Amino acid sequence: MTIRDIKNLLSARILCGEDQLDREVNTACGADMMSDVLAFVKDQAVLLTGLCNPQVVRTAEMMDIICICFVRGKMPDDVMISLAEGKDIVLMSTDIKMFEACGTLYVKGLHGGGSN
Amino acid sequence: MNNQICWNYIITNEDFTRAGEASSDVKKKLRQMGVSPDVIRKVTIAMYEGEINMVIHAEGGVIDVEVSPDKVLMVLKDKGPGIADIEKAMTAGYSTANENIRSLGFGAGMGLPNMKKYSDEMKVETVIGEGTTVTMAINI
Repeated sequence: MTIRDIKNLLSARILCGEDQLDREVNTACGADMMSDVLAFVKDQAVLLTGLCNPQVVRTAEMMDIICICFVRGKMPDDVMISLAEGKDIVLMSTDIKMFEACGTLYVKGLHGGGSN
Repeated sequence: MNNQICWNYIITNEDFTRAGEASSDVKKKLRQMGVSPDVIRKVTIAMYEGEINMVIHAEGGVIDVEVSPDKVLMVLKDKGPGIADIEKAMTAGYSTANENIRSLGFGAGMGLPNMKKYSDEMKVETVIGEGTTVTMAINI
């Protein structure tokens, strides 16, 4: 699945990283607690979250997460967007709620795949 | 030839937005040095958790990073309140963080457990009312 597929499945708006939509995403995780995200290494992952502060982008950076999707219509501010742009992380926002967003991607074949 | 490299970071708690800048800088430098992605990830996740801990629990501190041919050594020193019960603090899910910290996405009780998980060696020295020093080593 590509970042573009995720954007289409979740009817999301791209906020930065428009040029990277063809990158392949292999795994996903949904969390509002960043330490839970940091607990498992992921491969070319998308992070779905309802948390909206710069530490979401920092966490993604440390985990080599390539795309963050904010659920429930959350919108990152300019500080977050410029932070993500400098780290080649795609940001998108969907009005869909967390559970539904995760379920939509899961049934289309995107799984958690977290490992140590 | 001196084959040991040291970096020093002063961590403040004035701006939560900036927490993680030191870890980000270490990540960038290790990448430039050609260190393997697996090692970089372990170092930066462990350091980032430590950096966040310093900001939310201890009003900042100092981080020394030392890179030698066989390992990355990190010493995180703060003058915070100290850890009352290390055994509990090392238990996944245990946290003393308040609601404000949790609303920022931290305080899930995974900080120290994650640091231990990604380190090859970890030592925590703490004195109540004086501060905490966490030493972590990750093999290259």
